[in-house]
This record gives sequence, structure tokens and C-alpha cells, in this order.
Amino acid sequence: MEKITSLTVHETLDGLKNKEFTATELTAAYIKEMEKRRALNAYVLETPEHALKQAEEADRRYRDGTARVLEGIPLGIKDLFCTKDIRTTACSRILDGFVPPYESTVTANLFAAGASCLGKLNLDEFAMGGSNETSCYGPVVNPWQEERKLVPGGSSGGSAAAVAANICAAATGTDTGGSIRQPSAFCGVTGIKPTYGRCSRYGIVAFASSLDQAGPIAKDVRDCALLLNVMAGYDHRDSTSVKAEVPDFTKALGQSVKGLKVGIPAEYRPAGLNPEIAACWDRGIEILKSAGAEIVNISLPHTKYALAVYYIIAPAEASSNLARYDGLRYGLRVPGEHLDNMYINTRSAGFGKEVKRRIMIGTYVLSAGYYDAYYLKAQKVRRLIRDDFVQAFNRCDVILTPTAPTPAFPIGDNSMKENPINMWLNDVFTVSVNLAGLPGLSLPAGLSGDGLPLGLQLIGRAFDEETVFKAASAIEKECGFERLK
Amino acid sequence: MAIDRQTVNRVAFLARLKIDDDKIEATEEEFNKILNWVEQLNEVNTDEVEPLSAVNDLPLICREDNVTEGSQADKILANAPMAEYGYFVVPKVVE
Repeated sequence: MEKITSLTVHETLDGLKNKEFTATELTAAYIKEMEKRRALNAYVLETPEHALKQAEEADRRYRDGTARVLEGIPLGIKDLFCTKDIRTTACSRILDGFVPPYESTVTANLFAAGASCLGKLNLDEFAMGGSNETSCYGPVVNPWQEERKLVPGGSSGGSAAAVAANICAAATGTDTGGSIRQPSAFCGVTGIKPTYGRCSRYGIVAFASSLDQAGPIAKDVRDCALLLNVMAGYDHRDSTSVKAEVPDFTKALGQSVKGLKVGIPAEYRPAGLNPEIAACWDRGIEILKSAGAEIVNISLPHTKYALAVYYIIAPAEASSNLARYDGLRYGLRVPGEHLDNMYINTRSAGFGKEVKRRIMIGTYVLSAGYYDAYYLKAQKVRRLIRDDFVQAFNRCDVILTPTAPTPAFPIGDNSMKENPINMWLNDVFTVSVNLAGLPGLSLPAGLSGDGLPLGLQLIGRAFDEETVFKAASAIEKECGFERLK
Repeated sequence: MAIDRQTVNRVAFLARLKIDDDKIEATEEEFNKILNWVEQLNEVNTDEVEPLSAVNDLPLICREDNVTEGSQADKILANAPMAEYGYFVVPKVVE
């Protein structure tokens, strides 16, 4: 028999409802697996007692008929979400020992729907990175071909690795430039970054506030829909969360894609695109075409500028957001003779290399004399990138692209270490979606020649996650991707 | 625009970071590499383009200006590295 930890969330819910196993048995099985797989370094904090206590409550609710939509589902929570009375660090030394007195809205929604917390998951420090190597807790190992010690992607590397390795039923992620989608692709799991404003950012450690969005990483498309149903919604505590109705996303699954117009952007197929990635993309196109979709060639002409725009805007917002780490109110404090010395000592000891790099760039592009040349310029090109999508969506309903330019690469890759821009290029297919605020989903759609998962990305109109889910479920059904069990 | 050592130090101070002396040169070099790379944006004509700072063109929703979650000084101070008498403790700033 298949291990219960290999089940998807929807299969697990069926099992719990049909009394095939209890939430306590399920949770105990996950705790055992979590302990067995510690070498992956996916969890930075395990909270087994907490999860077992929540499981007891779930079992009581199944008995007395008051079970909620995610009752008894054990989740891993990216350590960027503040969890009440559970240490939250953003995988940075500067938040050493921080125990939030409050709960993020997204995790509060999940727990109020009956889900439980197995622990906090590893990520790139402050979600700044594409390989999970900038974490102060060290890198995460991709569960695919574990002996090769490949990265899981980032920044939600712990989340994607934990879902792939079946050491949580599903996980939360956040995505500022590709941080849900790229690790999902690297680990052979499914993740969606919803439309900007769909999920509340309240209680999520801020990186770049105009780009950050929370979303689920899960074992299949249906699980993502189930989780997003609960995570999404207006929140008065986040002034950028949007008062839009949250439909039941699962209703879009399995619907016919006949007549659906699928846009294929020419700019995402540059000369030199990895042939395996191109082949996987072609297969996705074929699947949708065979299912009756209409393929439309589109152009997103400002795509090539998206990374440069992103690496001005994201560091600018980060330098401002991270100014709060001053050694006074929470986290690390390194003494200094005067106030400024205390700030400098604390921040220099507390932040890692990549975070410092981005704070420096952000501070520079916002400083007097350079603001117009860099920051304002980037904001203008950002509008052109958004307008490209507006134009494209006049001709198509959804856009299909690869998620990442390569499969997972080895931990400690030299070309990335030598030049940070090489690492940033991982986000080449995903950043535009954040700049435009659109929903983007990555699902596993094939394997590379040496057996590593490859992802495809579906991009939708703002607040049209339903079409994204519909197209994703059509591809998922036909591509026959096999998860790790 | 090439960045020099002085600029690196000025930006570091604005960000309240210290760059170790033996790392200044590498930082300078890296900074220039990144700035050269982002300067590709100058190819784009943006003369008639308004900057985009927020993707959802919606007015910010305001709430009543009332205290919603007050009287929690203990909880707020619980994470402070140094607190005394219900206050954060800071290094002396007035001589």
C-alpha cells in the first residue's frame, strides 16, 4: 500500500472522512518521515507537539461532524510567515530568536480551516535568492537524485523540497520574482503565485512590497486550488489586498479547454534556449492543442528588460523594508558606543551577503541624484512590461511558457557564485509576472534527459486564476508526470 | 556611471552597513558590474510613460482612525533585545 504521507491533500481528506486513518495517525506518520529526512535540511524548526495537538482537535471534529475544509491536513510553513508563539526568522541571523506575538493572515486562514503546522521551512534569507543557498541555516537538498546534492530552487526551496519529499501534505510559499514557481519546477511539484492583492501580506516578513504574494506549493493542481480557496481573501490589515470575490477554484479543474486561446510569447524562446526545456514546452503546447485549445503566437516585447527592472525595484523596496532591523525592537543586537555604531554593528553581523548586496543596490538607486536615472526609469519600464501583457490578453486567455531556463543545478555552482547576475537569470521567465501583478502557476510537465523535473508556467489575466487552473489541469491530466512517492 | 570607493562607503553608511576594508574593492567592482547591466534600460524610450508603482489601480481603502489593538506593551517588548520599565533601551543619544 502507498504510504499515507504520499497522498495528495484531496486524497488525504477522503481518507480522513472515510475513517481509513485518523488525523493523529497521519500526523505521526508525517513526523516520522520528517525526522527520517532531516538530511534535506528542509525544516528549520519542527513543531511536532503543536501538530499532534491540532490533530487531536481534528479527530474530535471528524467524530462529532464539525470537520472544516482542511481538517487534519499537516502543512509546512515557509519561515517567512509569522506564526504566533512559534519562532520566525526569515532564515536570517538578524531575526534570531524572534517569536511573533501574532499570526499572519494567510496562516491564520489555513489553521482556521483545520490545517495544522508541522514546522517552519527553510528559504533564502529574506526570500532573496534562487537556490536556497543564502539561508543562515544552510542550503536545502533537492529530494530528486538526492546523492547529487542539487539545489531545490528558491526562495521557497524548503517548501518545494518538503512537498516533493512527502514530509508535509502541502506548504505555503511566497513569490516576489519566481520564488514559488521556480522551486516548484526544480522539485517536480505544483505552485501558484496568485494575482497581486489576492492574498493578504499581513504578517509575512516583507521583501519587496509591490511584488510579494503568498501562495501554495502542493502535490498537484487540485491541492493548489483547495489551498488557495482558503488562503485568499480581502484583509483589512493589508491595504493592498483586494476586495474581490474568491471563487471556488476547484470548480475550474477538469473543464474543457476547447476554444481557449493560449498565447505563446516569441520572446520566451531566445536563441540558445535549453533544448530540453523547449521540448517540454512544445509538448505542453501539443497537449492543449489536442484538447481543442487554439494556439496564438503573441509578443511581449519588453521581456528582455524585466530582470533589470526587477533588480532595481526589488532591492529599492527591500532597502526600505529592511531598515526596520535596527537592533532595538526585536532580533539581534550587537552593542556599539553610539546609536549609529549599534545600528551598523547589528546590521553588518545580522544580514548575509546577498541581502547586504541588495540593500546596497536599493539604497544607491533611491539616493539623491540617482533616483530618476534608476528607480523612476525602472518604474516606467515596469509599466511598459505590464502594458505588453494587457495587449497580449486582448488576443489570448492564458499564456504558456517554461518556468525556468534550466533544471536544478548543483549546490555551490561556481558560475553563480562568481557573478550574482547568473543566479538572477534563473528568474528570467517568472519576474515579469510579478512586475505585472498577474497570477502564474508552475506545474511539472516532464523530465530532463538525466531525469530531473521540468516545469511549465501558465500566466493569466489579473484575478483570473480560474483559467490558469483550468489549463493547468488539462496539461496535468495528459502529461503523466510521476511525483516522488 | 562608475562607482568609486567613496560612493561605496557613502551608500554603506546610508544603509547602516559596514563593508570591511578588504572587501571594498570587490564590492566596488560588483556594484559597477550590476549598474552596467541595469543600464540596458536606457535603450527604452520612456518619454511619455508614467511610472508604475502599484499594479492594482485601486484607491487605498481607509479605515476609521481608531485604536484597534492597543495596550499590549508587554507583548511588544517581549522580543526586544533590551527593555526596561516598559521601554526599549537604546544607546545614549543626548550628551
